[in-house]
Amino acid sequence: MTKTTTTAPNTGGGMWLFEDTTSGSVFTPERLSDEHKLIDQTADEFVRNEILPSHGQLETKDWKLARVLVNRAGELGLLGTDVPEQYGGVGLDKASTVLVGSRFGQSGSFGSTFGAHTGLAILPLHCFGSDTQKDKYLGRLVSGEWIGAYCLSESSSGSDALGAKTRATREPDGSFVLTGEKMWITNGGFADLYIVFAQVDGEQFTAFLVERNSPGLTIGREEHKMGLHGSSTTPIILQDVRVPSDNVLHHISKGHKVAFNTLNYGRFKLAVAASGNATAAIGEATKYAAERQQFGQPIATFGAIKHKLGEMTVRAYVVESMIYRTTGLLDASLKGNEIADAGPLRNILEELSIECSILKVAGSEMLHYVLDENVQIHGGNGFVKDYPAERQYRDSRVNRIFEGTNEINRLLIATTLVRRALKGTLPLISAAKRLEDEVTDPPTLVEASEVPLAEQRSTVLAFKKTSILVLGLSMMHYGDKLGEQQELLSCVADILIDTFGAESAVLRADQAAIDAPQNQLLQIDATCVFVNDAAGRIEANARTALASMSDGDSLRLQLAALRRLLRFSPINTVEKRRRLAETTVERGGYIFR
Amino acid sequence: MKIAVCVKQVVTRDWPLRINDSHTWVDDRDASFEMNEPDAYALEEALRLKEQHGGEVVVCSAGPPRVNQVIREALARGADRAIHVEAESLASADGAMVAEALAAPMEEEQFDLVLTGLQSDDQGFAQTGVVLAEFLSIPHATIIMEVQVGAGRVRVKRELEGGWFQWVSMSTPALLTIQSGINQLRYATLKGIMAAKKKEVRLVEPPAELARRQEILMLSVPERTKEIRLFDGAPAEAAGKLVQALKDDARVI
Ligand SMILES: Cc1cc2nc3c(=O)[nH]c(=O)nc-3n(C[C@H](O)[C@H](O)[C@H](O)COP(=O)(O)OP(=O)(O)OC[C@H]3O[C@@H](n4cnc5c(N)ncnc54)[C@H](O)[C@@H]3O)c2cc1C
Repeated sequence: MTKTTTTAPNTGGGMWLFEDTTSGSVFTPERLSDEHKLIDQTADEFVRNEILPSHGQLETKDWKLARVLVNRAGELGLLGTDVPEQYGGVGLDKASTVLVGSRFGQSGSFGSTFGAHTGLAILPLHCFGSDTQKDKYLGRLVSGEWIGAYCLSESSSGSDALGAKTRATREPDGSFVLTGEKMWITNGGFADLYIVFAQVDGEQFTAFLVERNSPGLTIGREEHKMGLHGSSTTPIILQDVRVPSDNVLHHISKGHKVAFNTLNYGRFKLAVAASGNATAAIGEATKYAAERQQFGQPIATFGAIKHKLGEMTVRAYVVESMIYRTTGLLDASLKGNEIADAGPLRNILEELSIECSILKVAGSEMLHYVLDENVQIHGGNGFVKDYPAERQYRDSRVNRIFEGTNEINRLLIATTLVRRALKGTLPLISAAKRLEDEVTDPPTLVEASEVPLAEQRSTVLAFKKTSILVLGLSMMHYGDKLGEQQELLSCVADILIDTFGAESAVLRADQAAIDAPQNQLLQIDATCVFVNDAAGRIEANARTALASMSDGDSLRLQLAALRRLLRFSPINTVEKRRRLAETTVERGGYIFR
Repeated sequence: MKIAVCVKQVVTRDWPLRINDSHTWVDDRDASFEMNEPDAYALEEALRLKEQHGGEVVVCSAGPPRVNQVIREALARGADRAIHVEAESLASADGAMVAEALAAPMEEEQFDLVLTGLQSDDQGFAQTGVVLAEFLSIPHATIIMEVQVGAGRVRVKRELEGGWFQWVSMSTPALLTIQSGINQLRYATLKGIMAAKKKEVRLVEPPAELARRQEILMLSVPERTKEIRLFDGAPAEAAGKLVQALKDDARVI
């Protein structure tokens, strides 16, 4: 393992559940530099001027145009933000990459072209490619001259990605012959380089770099999809495709490392794109609500609409806070390392797999909510194609399916935590023991505090304890059979997602006192609404989980412990959502960026 | 060729405008700002001239510290260095005051060509460039659509009214106020943004006795008035009154 020195205490990899994250130590959008803001501006202008007006044409499957647009993005440096300069990249931090990815998220179709190219082709090549492979391919991909695609799924293995049937047979000269069929490949129709996963000798899962013009590689017909009509999705058929031994990506039998680390980053980037898409949609919803008149007044003045605008803002704010916090963890652990050395990046992606899965689920479900309410605010106009609301709603649905379904990601969140606890890298077991004593001690009275967010801070602490209580009991109850209890694990995952979201929101709003005082009260509003509602959800999930394991007296004892942990009184969320909605309308869009 | 481009920072176009409490300016306390649009075209024109004829592009701006944002942006788009005349009092200053603030440091530089935007998106006086030319004692031409550079001269196309244009030839040094939309703006590339970090921004104090020559006394939002008149009486009688009013008062029939 490469040693990395970090300045901030590393609370990633699930450690935040057990340790207090000190105020002022997390990265937030308010801490972006002037250069970051200019990068954001370039990406925003490019997407608004070149990509969004091209949507109609892209939906006719004009892949020539898609190539031109990828190429132009390359000229501006947008494809290689975090790729070393020696390969034509700009060698910047992950925060820059997040800003760019978020802007491309506004475009469902081109966003997925861009996302697959940068996140699923450039990233694994940068992380796992040999110097020769990078010299040969990386520059071409970063400039946009070549387009990349990632071929993992097959018709019989989607979630079960390692069950791929594509075979790679060794030839006497050391080369390989690939045979099989990949499904649902983004950029399939016009990519130049395909990263293909196959089983060497039937069992050694391995990644290969396959050029488009390799004899035996054919592209199947475009899928007829619910959405993303302007993005290419095709099968890739391999019939005795010869691949030289130099084109094995990483090592033979280490394909799962390539696949899973790429997916970790892909999940993180999916949330980033979802966040950009949501904030743009909040802008559209706001403008429509301010203009559309019914009963002689703008619909934005109705409480039912304010509720939606307020809640859209709250959820977008929380996901954004989680994204930037995680970005900060990534950048802190990469700081001081040569960007050309991809080892630290591989390690940190693996370490942050819990956070990446949390973000994937939270980001895609937040986006789904926002775009659904966007349609609703548009009324009948939300159901017709004259407004972007309809297309965005269809385009976004797949976010809950690809990059690992949300079910798979929920299971990963919980099982990874359990696995790290059993390995001793996360102090879950000792924390659960300490909690057992704590909940049987006589209760200490907490004094009411006037300090803003003090109550939310202690509620977040209670969320953490609830997570530990439920996880601890689950591990005790089911032992090594816990993996079979998917409903229970999904409940646990939901509790953890809400906990990470709530804490990230509290930390950001707290720091806003210094970083963005003019917006702090609104951030506090959003945070309080989220923490309040998360408390209700967490309690319900915990009750479901506990009742699935225990009954009778032991259940009653556990529920009493839960009640002691989650003592909170509801706040006036109506007032806060109204204020958020009214400010959103006043400023003409999402208020926290 | 040594080219100066004067840029102004203005409130973002889609910022929902509110007038401040004293009714003398917009409330821009938590506004977002951007480069004045015609200035962006002036910068682009300067960068293109430099690409054709070589030389240097220097961004000049007068304003409070926040103006640094548009200076950085201009450097990121390709300008070589910048002069920032910095003073809080230069926020929402009038054209003559801005021109006076810029004149001294710009005179020293002996520019061959000075480009400004035609007018600013906020005040819209279209005076800064013209007054600056006077301070610098150089000729100027306004509303420029095209610039052709020759030896010691420029030939420029001016926009007149009613679709007419005028070609003017003038000696350099000269000042041109540039019309929006005359070229296609480039993006700041990510490499350009990072390179801009290392470019020089020279901070200059404004002249000691610099003062406003113009004062905005009051700003108001145009009021839309709607008058409803009801004509009573039997339908035929009311219709008669309506026709009369349309003839005599509204004069539409
Ligand atoms: C537009 C689009 C683009 C895509 N792009 C790419 C690409 O570029 N490259 C690529 O390799 N793939 C790509 N995919 C494929 C995508 O990753 C898979 O569709 C996805 O992983 C789900 O696999 P599946 O379709 O086989 O569903 P299945 O795995 O059959 O899942 C069906 C349902 O069962 C659930 N399920 C499955 N297994 C379990 C389990 N163990 N426990 C609990 N629930 C389970 C799932 O959550 C889901 O709800 C793309 C798909 C689409 C639609």
